[in-house]
Amino acid sequence: MKSLRKTELAVIGGGPAGLSSAITAMRQGAEVTLIDRDPVLGGQLIKQTHMFFGSKDQFASIRGIDIPSELIKALEEGPGKVKVELGTTVIGYYDDGVILMEKDNRATTLLPQRIIVATGAAEKMLPFPGNDLPGVYGAGAVQTLMNVYGIKPGKRVLMVGAGNIGLIVSYQLLQAGVEVVAIIEAAPHIGGYLVHASKVRRAGVPIYTSCSIKEAFGRESVEGAVICRLDENWQPLPGTEKTLELDVICLAVGLSPLTELLWQAGCKHKYVPELGGYVPVRNEKMQTSIPYIYVAGDAAGVEEASSAMIEGKLAGLFAAASLGYDHDLESLAATYRKELEELRSGEAGSKIRQGLAKLIGGVSVAS
Amino acid sequence: MEDEKIIICRCEDQTLSDIRKKINYGITSIEEIKRLTRCGMGPCQGRTCRDLLIKEIAAATGQSIEDVGMTTFRPPVKPIKLKSMLGVDDDEKEC
Repeated sequence: MKSLRKTELAVIGGGPAGLSSAITAMRQGAEVTLIDRDPVLGGQLIKQTHMFFGSKDQFASIRGIDIPSELIKALEEGPGKVKVELGTTVIGYYDDGVILMEKDNRATTLLPQRIIVATGAAEKMLPFPGNDLPGVYGAGAVQTLMNVYGIKPGKRVLMVGAGNIGLIVSYQLLQAGVEVVAIIEAAPHIGGYLVHASKVRRAGVPIYTSCSIKEAFGRESVEGAVICRLDENWQPLPGTEKTLELDVICLAVGLSPLTELLWQAGCKHKYVPELGGYVPVRNEKMQTSIPYIYVAGDAAGVEEASSAMIEGKLAGLFAAASLGYDHDLESLAATYRKELEELRSGEAGSKIRQGLAKLIGGVSVAS
Repeated sequence: MEDEKIIICRCEDQTLSDIRKKINYGITSIEEIKRLTRCGMGPCQGRTCRDLLIKEIAAATGQSIEDVGMTTFRPPVKPIKLKSMLGVDDDEKEC
């Protein structure tokens, strides 16, 4: 019988959070294994054709698709070596700390001393009649179809949700030559950044707030949708129905953290709607209720790629420190925390700040 | 009925009507509904339906989301072939 394969730190997920975790922990001196289910690193960055905001440290003014190569370069530069396992899905966590992985129909095991879960998030579904007709997509799925595989989802699209994902994917649909009939938003105001909303408005796409989808119809696939206005209690206003002819309905109604492995491990969770639903309880070190498991990025609470990268750095830093690699710990931690604080300041960050206050009791970031 | 056209669990083809029938029958525990309808037991392992199901139970019973509780998570998180499990740490040729 072969002996169990071991690693000091396993990072699960090679998106912005996981890559940053792996780089940081490696630079501190930890021996790292980075695991991702996809054949390439980068997670959802590989389809983000728009430019990022924030500061230079979070790749502002660089397009999302160009960030993975920068991070991979840092990963390969060393000084240490990160073992990268691609096309590999972590499918289970067991009480003895062993993780089970699957690649090419073959299961393998790994025993890490520390784990960082950076598994990202999944798109939320909406209940309405006809919601399983072919032509109803998640907005992220449409973005993958177009920007990764070069496939248009259809001819005329209704975008449900005016958060950043709904606005950005609408613009990218227009860039691909697809008509966006309307963007509808159940809330009384647009959730995403004004700069994204302005771009689609200038292109002539209407954004209807306090508006929802009542039903989708069609024989074999989507042929149209009925939308209606909502009153101040979010209830449909009778007589306001409007029928639109279209062949694609895109749902951009939020993301849920992907936390299956953390539940399996028995990590405590808390329901925080501002962060996407159930999120793992964790401290300022990104450490969960199970001390050797850390979390970063959307799995820790749905936010943005920029903040995911800094959370990744923090998780990598503290996971490495707990293994004894605590070089410059305090000053690096202070730098990363300051970056996070700046990113979450202002109006745009208020929802995240409220969510985090519920999750970690508003602990001062200075502590 | 509109509820019959609203899919809650795509993998197991369960509609809102199917779920509401169970709730009206007095079955309001998420684990019981999961076992009776297979909601959350298909290929996506609940990634699509779990939130919708919890919200529906909460709305019908007046409980908070956290009071409704959560289903148990078990490996594997995605469907795998049996042969991949048979091959754990084994270099012998595939069956």
